[in-house]
Amino acid sequence: MFPVEHFLFLAALLFSVGLLIIITKRNTIMVLLGIELLLNASNLNLVAFNQLWPASVDGQMFVLFVIIVAVCEAAVGLAIVLQVYQYYQTSVTDSISELKE
Amino acid sequence: MTLTSFMFYFFEIVAALSAVALALSRNVFYGALLLIVCLLALAGIYVLAFAEFIAVTQILIYAGGILVVIIFGIMLTTKISEKPLAVEHTYLLSGILAAGGCFGLLIYVLSKEYFLTTGVQQLPSSPVNGIQTIGVSMFSKYVLPFEVAGILLLISLVGASVVASTIKSKKE
Repeated sequence: MFPVEHFLFLAALLFSVGLLIIITKRNTIMVLLGIELLLNASNLNLVAFNQLWPASVDGQMFVLFVIIVAVCEAAVGLAIVLQVYQYYQTSVTDSISELKE
Repeated sequence: MTLTSFMFYFFEIVAALSAVALALSRNVFYGALLLIVCLLALAGIYVLAFAEFIAVTQILIYAGGILVVIIFGIMLTTKISEKPLAVEHTYLLSGILAAGGCFGLLIYVLSKEYFLTTGVQQLPSSPVNGIQTIGVSMFSKYVLPFEVAGILLLISLVGASVVASTIKSKKE
């Protein structure tokens, strides 16, 4: 069993890098990649704390549901990105400032 | 250093380096490939943390599903001419301040905090069949969230195909 702090340090790094990507990148798809990193940081925390109590699998079940929601988010998000790209001919976040014409 | 701990720290370093490289990369396609590397390294960490089912799910769904969808999105939303995949960085100062502040705060709190690692029960001598436990609890204790997740997947599938379709409705 590895010390749980080492999992948590990596999860903190992944969370901060995901936040940095969401703030600084100017492409919508890169922002989606940053969101995936944030979700994976939370998954790593859940698995790490589940490891402390291996008789129950509550943490792992939470990870499964987080993965399911991440799938929905990626599918719907990319569909919206495609439609917005067809309308504005760009996927730069700052130039998309209106929801309708 | 045993082989197990070597692999654990190897996977941790790979995940951290690919995440940092993803933040520095200016190419969307390289970014997606770096995210695949990071997710596979995380799957290796899950195996070493006794979460085999989660690791397989991670590889199947993230590396096999989400990343394929994202690469399709990249191919459909980039112009073929004139510098297709380059991404500019904006708000660099505020981004670094926010992310660095968040990272520093988390590291400070986590290094102050003491998590019980000795008092809790150790792994039993005979290995627990984790996948069997997950399957049983998925259909007993977590059956309602499981069904709701199925409905959520169906709704998002229909919604995504409706939003992404280019065919206009035949309303007169």
